[in-house]
Amino acid sequence: MINLAVEVAGIKVKNPVMTASGTFGFGREYSKFYNLSLLGAIMVKGTTLEPRLGNPPPRLAETPAGLLNCIGLQNPGVDAVIKEEIPWLSQYDVPIIVNISGHSLEEYGEIALRLDGVAGVAGLEINISCPNVKHGGLAFGTEPQMAADVIRTVKDKSKLPIIAKLSPNVTDITEIAKAVEAAGADAISLINTLLGMAIDIKTRRPVLSNIVGGLSGPAVKPVAVRMVWQVARAVKIPIIGMGGIVSAEDAIEFLLAGASAVAVGAGNFYDPLAPLKVIEGIKAWLEQEKIADIRELIGAVKIC
Amino acid sequence: MVRRGRDLLMVYSLKTRILENKKILPDFYEMVLSAPAIAAEAVPGQFLMVKTSPTLVPFLRRPISLSRINAEEGTITLVYQVVGSGTKLMTVMTPGSEIEVVGPLGKGFTWSVKDKVVAIVGGGCGIAPLVALTEELLKAGKEVYALLGAQSRDKLLSDKYFIELGAKVMIATDDGSFGRKGFVTQLLEEVINTTRLDQVYCCGPLPMTKAVVKLTKEALVPCQVSLEERMGCGVGACLGCVCKVRSEEGSLTYKKVCHDGPVFTSSEVIFDD
Ligand SMILES: Cc1cc2nc3c(=O)[nH]c(=O)nc-3n(C[C@H](O)[C@H](O)[C@H](O)COP(=O)(O)OP(=O)(O)OC[C@H]3O[C@@H](n4cnc5c(N)ncnc54)[C@H](O)[C@@H]3O)c2cc1C
Ligand SMILES: Cc1cc2nc3c(=O)[nH]c(=O)nc-3n(C[C@H](O)[C@H](O)[C@H](O)COP(=O)(O)O)c2cc1C
Ligand code: FES
Repeated sequence: MINLAVEVAGIKVKNPVMTASGTFGFGREYSKFYNLSLLGAIMVKGTTLEPRLGNPPPRLAETPAGLLNCIGLQNPGVDAVIKEEIPWLSQYDVPIIVNISGHSLEEYGEIALRLDGVAGVAGLEINISCPNVKHGGLAFGTEPQMAADVIRTVKDKSKLPIIAKLSPNVTDITEIAKAVEAAGADAISLINTLLGMAIDIKTRRPVLSNIVGGLSGPAVKPVAVRMVWQVARAVKIPIIGMGGIVSAEDAIEFLLAGASAVAVGAGNFYDPLAPLKVIEGIKAWLEQEKIADIRELIGAVKIC
Repeated sequence: MVRRGRDLLMVYSLKTRILENKKILPDFYEMVLSAPAIAAEAVPGQFLMVKTSPTLVPFLRRPISLSRINAEEGTITLVYQVVGSGTKLMTVMTPGSEIEVVGPLGKGFTWSVKDKVVAIVGGGCGIAPLVALTEELLKAGKEVYALLGAQSRDKLLSDKYFIELGAKVMIATDDGSFGRKGFVTQLLEEVINTTRLDQVYCCGPLPMTKAVVKLTKEALVPCQVSLEERMGCGVGACLGCVCKVRSEEGSLTYKKVCHDGPVFTSSEVIFDD
């Protein structure tokens, strides 16, 4: 028997493969393809205090091996999520991690408070990194002090495990990682999207309504793997790695770099069955390599 | 309403076999797939997300409407226009090989037993999904006006199908190389002025759709329009493909073209100018 189970931020998962926030809705769509209980965990769409309409279309642009998005956190608001989405998703045997986002410290605190003790919620992923929503012109996650303040605020209001989701749009990712660890984060998610832009050369206009957007997909994978490796050496808390994962090989790369779990994001669009294929592929690879426990892989990259 | 493009309990993600893939016009191809499970469930107006390459480029699947649905034979026909890298890659796929698709997706066209005389208005590659619709409407005993528009004769899709099926076909081309010179909306205006239409169905470029919505609104004829938007997932999860609609209470909101559409009633859609 091969062990695929790991523990991240105190959340026990039967396998290390999750689905990344914003690419999996609240699970309903992909429940039409497979049994969601097969997943390690589900990180649901970014949730805010009030309902949000998001940005006008076009919200997507395709780029080589990736895509840019400027959805702008369209969501029904935390109360509707608690009332309609979490109870529905709770029918599955899978930890639900709610991704939250705010305009101010108070908003982050208030959403965390409302989600505290809600049946079925296993943890909070704090999005301090959405490139499409800014506070004073800056994402919260680009300045260590501000990132730490957000984490401290939600820690204060919630007994749930807190996962800080960091922005890759910074000079030194380890500085932010150390700041959120010191502020009490139980784990770190890496990476959110990279700020990018695409121009339609025929019309000479930006493709996205918001001009700039967040890049994700296989194109960002090397950046993500590098950041996971850097952060894994800088902090003691576990890391959930993401950024361009579409195959088991991709996922194993993240584990070797130091991630304890991984999430499939845009890969769901590439292949709606991608998360299952990643789980099956990891299992097959471990068998082939005669490795009994997936935890042996975590951080096992050889650097001599 | 009969045959609602319903909320599906299961969506298929399959490798399907290509039975045919041939050029039908200078820019257009027709691909026939063996996909019994999809053909058994699909309704006109729905679409597939098609994987156009085995590699990571292009990364996203392409939405292509079901042009014909043959449940008995278990086949689906796609008609696609070559506009960029994805559709170009589709042109070199050979019969006998496999192509990955997800579907059937979205909510299709609907019709009511009360409707007697209807018109379909199609432009460019928007004509493709109207073939399956016309087939169903005629089977349901409706009198169907098929108003088809294209830039020129060599860009006009499927007119022969509509004639074979038994629709009353009227054609307009921008350059007058075939049928009437002008826009398909002029044909619609004539039909509206001479016939009592119970329903209009529209699929085509945005300016055409806008004009059809305006005309049908003024004539008080109910109208369904199929919309297009850039898609990421095609299944309703990414919120990439939204369009602006009027909600039941009258406020403005976004709906997902892939999941709540692509077919909408014209009274709910809002066009920004
Ligand atoms: C629900 C739906 C059903 C469709 N059904 C059909 C069909 O039956 N037959 C058909 O030929 N086409 C159909 N389309 C359009 C088709 O999806 C696009 O032409 C295709 O995705 C282009 O892919 P590409 O890689 O060739 O072009 P790309 O390289 O991606 O783009 C080339 C250019 O094509 C245009 N374009 C690309 N995608 C879209 C899009 N989704 N909507 C509008 N313009 C676009 C843009 O101007 C772009 O710059 C449908 C679109 C939708 C949303
Ligand atoms: C369409 C889309 C929407 C996203 N929405 C969110 C969101 O609401 N909250 C969040 O923290 N991250 C969001 N992300 C970022 C992803 O969760 C993930 O961190 C990123 O896309 C990198 O992974 P990937 O390359 O596998 O997609 C979104 C990404 C995409 C593509
Ligand atoms: S394409 Fe993803 S929601 Fe419509």
